[in-house]
Amino acid sequence: MNNPQLDQDGRLRHLLSIEGLPKKILNQILDTAESFVGVAEREVKKVPLLRGKTVCNLFFENSTRTRTTFEIAAKRLSADVISLNVNSSSQSKGETILDTVDNLIAMHADMFVVRHSQSGAAHFIAKHVPPHIHVINAGDGRHSHPTQGLLDVFTIRKYKPDLHNLRVAIVGDILHSRVARSEIHALTSLGVPEVRVIAPKTLLPAQVEKLGVHVYHDMKVGLKDVDVVMMLRLQNERMSGAMLPSAQEYFKTYGLTQEKLRLAKPDAIVLHPGPMNRGVEIDSSVADGAQSVILPQVTYGIAVRMAVMAMLAGGQGSGTQS
Amino acid sequence: MSAADIKLPNAEQLLNDLAQKIEPLLQANTALVGIQSGGAWLMHRLLVLLADSISTHAIEHGTLDVSFYRDDFAQRGLKSETRPSQIPFDVDNKHIILIDDVFYTGRTTRAAMNELFDYGRPASITLAALVNRGGRELPIAPQIVGVDVPLDAEQNLQLLQHNNGTLYLALQPSLSSTSSSTIKTDSHE
Repeated sequence: MNNPQLDQDGRLRHLLSIEGLPKKILNQILDTAESFVGVAEREVKKVPLLRGKTVCNLFFENSTRTRTTFEIAAKRLSADVISLNVNSSSQSKGETILDTVDNLIAMHADMFVVRHSQSGAAHFIAKHVPPHIHVINAGDGRHSHPTQGLLDVFTIRKYKPDLHNLRVAIVGDILHSRVARSEIHALTSLGVPEVRVIAPKTLLPAQVEKLGVHVYHDMKVGLKDVDVVMMLRLQNERMSGAMLPSAQEYFKTYGLTQEKLRLAKPDAIVLHPGPMNRGVEIDSSVADGAQSVILPQVTYGIAVRMAVMAMLAGGQGSGTQS
Repeated sequence: MSAADIKLPNAEQLLNDLAQKIEPLLQANTALVGIQSGGAWLMHRLLVLLADSISTHAIEHGTLDVSFYRDDFAQRGLKSETRPSQIPFDVDNKHIILIDDVFYTGRTTRAAMNELFDYGRPASITLAALVNRGGRELPIAPQIVGVDVPLDAEQNLQLLQHNNGTLYLALQPSLSSTSSSTIKTDSHE
């Protein structure tokens, strides 16, 4: 099968989704990220790997945190960074996506970080660009958000190194969440034996079991003895129509409180991809509590994005690695 | 000169020689830094061989993986395995003894120095190498050398480790055909 994410030597060329990435590449990204964690703790928080390269953040959909962490990651690799909020510029004047991309290539951009509300947008751009240009999907519609999935797994691995012995629960709006999809693919590919999803039927995609997860509708059952609780944001802006009675009602049933968290293992960790709706899917006492690793996720996210960019940018010449 | 013509020196003996040469340099404010992976092995062995002086002067140590500073990154990309650099001390005003296994072009040393300066401003850097194989391409040379073994460009000398931890030198197949999955793959160009 022709995998657009890999070059003919099996090296990472674009990062579009976790689905379809060999376990070896996933592990290489996580191991490389490990080396980048220390860079942020030094006097000079920069390495020269992407010196002279131009990274272009193409955000057709707003996301301050994701854009900022990609910007910081690229800058810590010494790249020049341009961030475009395209919905507020040329798109509103009628330019097509590919025209925008072609113009940036003409300005010698080397890498695109793409966020778009349409599933498949990053694939579409990756298919279009010449071979020396790399594309990273920073979230496309409901489809995929691979760096978020990777940073979540990286964070889990930091606190629970033995992935082969974990029970992980993903709670909330699975239906609209590209993050959940990426998390599920990453966790199962890396050998996590039990992944649970906990959500009301209206927020679960059809046939979600086919992804290899166990489905629960009751938090009190689903959280029992898990090692990791991954909360998802209730995606208000994606919700049209009445899928839920109210935010208060949702919090009562699916919000993570200290009381519900006690059902998990005592050393369980809590993740959330942000931005959080406090009092909707997560109680403040949990978000700020001892088991929360939500801020470390943000810190590790930069190291993971540096690892992805470094793996994409290197090795343009011929010859094997040594 | 073919591989069979060269009698490679005993790495363990060279390590002892290197330790003797390094010992007089140890003083308060010295730190040992090994370059991954061969230089890091040597550094850890030196910690044992020089344990007395090291504890007397409270000498600190660390390791560098120079992957992020190599000048051939654009051609070769990252190694499939990188290890975090660990410099758990303040580099400012330290006399650093940088340890590498095989000194060749000087490019690894340059990368290591660039990385060290991102941690701080050392008082001095001294380079110690187990073997100087000749062929430098930069105005960089080791001050402390176990032995000089002049080699041709196509010969690839590597420091390897037996299962019991003892070190030995070996000529590997030339770089272009070296797989990145063998036990010791750092090239020292």
